Amino acid sequence: MGFESICEKCEEMLQPYLDRELNETERREAEGHLNGCGYCSKRYRFEEDLRRFVRSACDEPMPAELKAKLASLRTPLL
Amino acid sequence: MSGPMAEPETNARRIAEEARDRVRFEEEVLELSDQVYRVARRLVPTREEAEDLVQDTYARAFRSWRSYTPGTNLRAWLMRILTNLNIDRGRREQRTPDTRPMEEGDYFLYNRLEETTGGNDEERIVERLSQDGVVQALSAVPHDFRDAIVLVDIGDFSYGEAAQILDIPIGTVMSRLHRGRRILKSELAEVAVGEEA
Repeated sequence: MGFESICEKCEEMLQPYLDRELNETERREAEGHLNGCGYCSKRYRFEEDLRRFVRSACDEPMPAELKAKLASLRTPLL
Repeated sequence: MSGPMAEPETNARRIAEEARDRVRFEEEVLELSDQVYRVARRLVPTREEAEDLVQDTYARAFRSWRSYTPGTNLRAWLMRILTNLNIDRGRREQRTPDTRPMEEGDYFLYNRLEETTGGNDEERIVERLSQDGVVQALSAVPHDFRDAIVLVDIGDFSYGEAAQILDIPIGTVMSRLHRGRRILKSELAEVAVGEEA
């Protein structure tokens, strides 16, 4: 298998790797390649950064009034 | 056999236990409200809709508390109510089939950013994206794919939990997530560097 096709396979494994959904053999295969491949490891790091960035960019705090409204929906105690 | 006074006492105890269980349930559900809102906010287009959806979810959760089995996944149970309500609210009427051709690979966005803005600072290349751009790009992802991204990447649900919440097979969650993230990256590339993905 040529280097390029190994990188293509590594690209395919990026998401399940970061989701910890690869099996042990696949995980070892991905890590083995990442250790020696700057091209792929940069892109894996970027993907991790990107996920953190997406999460923080989308984190809009809940309005305090909504929290109070939710609490008021509780069943009244007698 | 119980004596004549035993039955009212048993009933009173049962009512007291039920009230205690209900209060505990309601407290636990309220503790999850920040997480529920975070997900709701990205499932619907506006803050107002998210607030309505969360309120409706809590009203229904409090009403149907007996259908929750203690010890099971409360967060997923709540989110299932929320996604069902969201479907009931007619969002699915907006459904449009995703007919775009197969999106770019997973390295596409990095490659595009590196190409257009230089690759000297690759450790922080993500900082070339803006927060507003991310929100805009996510909202442009078709909702079947976006639901999976929002639940897993923003709501921290596992593939299995997302499958349970959306009532779809786990394999479908994985494929929607996989494809949705790629679509998101194509949208981000468009927002960030004005490229047609």
